Amino acid sequence: MSTEPDKGRRKALKLALGAAALAADSGLFLIAAPAQSRPAGAAASASQRWGLLIDVSRCADGCTRCVQACSAEHGWRIGGPPGQDPQWIRIVSATDPETGRNVRVPLMCQHCARPPCADVCPTTATFRRADGVVLVDRHRCIGCRYCVMACPFGVRFFLGDNVTDQAPHSPRGKGTAEGCTLCVHRIDEGRQPACVEACPGAMTFGDLNDPKSPIREALAGQGATRLRGNLALGQGVQYRGL
Amino acid sequence: MTAIAFDNLTASPRRLWPAVIALGAALLAGGLAVLVIETQGHHVTGMTNRVPWGLPHVVAYFLILSASGALNVAMVASVFRQKAYDPLAPFSALLAIALLAGGLSILVLDLGRPDRLTLTMQSPNPRSIFAWNVVLYTGFVAITAAYLVTLLDRRFARFFGVTSNAAFIWRFGLTTGTGLDLGILIAREELNSAIFAPMFISFSLTFGLAVFLLLLPAAAWLSGGAPDHALMQRLGRLLALFVGVSFYFAAVTHAFNLYAVPTRSLERFLLFEGGLYTTLFWIGQVLLGTITPLLLVYRGQPIAAAAAVALGALATLYLYVIVSQAYPQPVWPGLQVTSAWGDGEVASYVPSAAEFFLGLGGVAVALAALLAGCLLFRIVPIDLARAAAPRAALRAAA
Repeated sequence: MSTEPDKGRRKALKLALGAAALAADSGLFLIAAPAQSRPAGAAASASQRWGLLIDVSRCADGCTRCVQACSAEHGWRIGGPPGQDPQWIRIVSATDPETGRNVRVPLMCQHCARPPCADVCPTTATFRRADGVVLVDRHRCIGCRYCVMACPFGVRFFLGDNVTDQAPHSPRGKGTAEGCTLCVHRIDEGRQPACVEACPGAMTFGDLNDPKSPIREALAGQGATRLRGNLALGQGVQYRGL
Repeated sequence: MTAIAFDNLTASPRRLWPAVIALGAALLAGGLAVLVIETQGHHVTGMTNRVPWGLPHVVAYFLILSASGALNVAMVASVFRQKAYDPLAPFSALLAIALLAGGLSILVLDLGRPDRLTLTMQSPNPRSIFAWNVVLYTGFVAITAAYLVTLLDRRFARFFGVTSNAAFIWRFGLTTGTGLDLGILIAREELNSAIFAPMFISFSLTFGLAVFLLLLPAAAWLSGGAPDHALMQRLGRLLALFVGVSFYFAAVTHAFNLYAVPTRSLERFLLFEGGLYTTLFWIGQVLLGTITPLLLVYRGQPIAAAAAVALGALATLYLYVIVSQAYPQPVWPGLQVTSAWGDGEVASYVPSAAEFFLGLGGVAVALAALLAGCLLFRIVPIDLARAAAPRAALRAAA
């Protein structure tokens, strides 16, 4: 286990944190890919706020494409004992006992604007990038699991096992915390998160700060809700149809 | 402080060696547990992603709370100028340091990456109560050690006032931070309240005095002595007062949680429907931790009362740490949920042997540190250090 930080990776992450100036964007709005890319090497900027809108009324019975795609993309294992292994995204079946209505809700890191996990992290390993993505610097994480305690949604995980065959774009480390990264390696290239790409139509991803983005247009139409809205965490992930 | 004779603890070999062997075995078992957990990963423990904190954290919180409370006897002597307790001040301070060392050893060795502990000082997060606790804990050890030096070495006696007052203030900061570890967790219904700060101060006074009442006679027993009976009775009555105050906090918070709609189902689970947790509350926290000690103090049995308080303390902390994780979070109000993760269900938590021995190892660290300090330094008042020493050597000014 290396204890020396990857200086290149840390520098890139620090740039993302520290950038205050507006990043020059490409000026293009890609209709096919909702993510608006920025030039390679440009720091993440608060001018963008990545968000995810999930319309649970469109989540088909038995569909687990988002879970399968995320597992394949990041190398975490599906099907372990309940509550044991990390599950970066999971499907929660929610039934209203008064009406019998059932919906299936994909649940992942909510990428809060005011993340409790980042607040409690003693080493700043957990942090919120300027564009709203909540990440973990695996070189700083000491594995105290305080963030797992602090997460209001149960979507922070501790990797308590050795990992093999790691994806180079998504390194994981035994003894550190982890969770959904909103596929930063993809969105920084102008692509969509793996779950959104795999989803047949329930998920919309995009820049919440761009009024012309599909996610903003979708939200403008009918609105959406955030889980545990009373906590006022300002999640980037919102739901419709709950 | 008037001149009081202290001495190294002169332990009877036939009593000391079994204690040393037992502590050694516990330390070894703790070390092996750490080795297994760190090489195999935490999946070998009962701690899961539903219940990431477990028995080691319960024991660690018990030791840390007891640490700040164990200093209380020294504070009564040095800050509140109750000279009858002057002979016990050094032992109290050493005990506080030893207990904190034991609790910290558990927390550090339970980390997923304990090799990175220094990062908490190199890149601390000023918003994190955990990061502040690193400062509070290390500061407590440093300040209490400085205070102890002023008690033991006349050359530094002029610093007695500032160090004793600093220790008194710092210990409240430490316990406040420990309480807020849990209290700031807005995610957890059972926690999420500033009341944890004063409640944990009350708990620390209770648990710390109980541990003091157990370990002072134990140390004296090693040399064949016994603490002054009247002093023990007085401390026993003080313990009863602390038990009452702690029960007040617990009763008010549980009653409030039962009354308030958002926390009512959780509280009903804890009080009536929680199986093991319900048993721990009524038998552990209430019967053992509250009623029994009060009865035993009334009957003039402070040591037995202290033992009951210690058991009740572990039950109390187990309920706060484990139930807050095991009970499902209110993410889906009004909905019934299921998932492969166990959403909506009470999570199962069964402590593993590795966790038990890790906790036991932390207790052994504390006891070993205390024993070593008593043997190596002149900490213990002379009539306890050596059973044959004349009682007149113990001078408590009127």
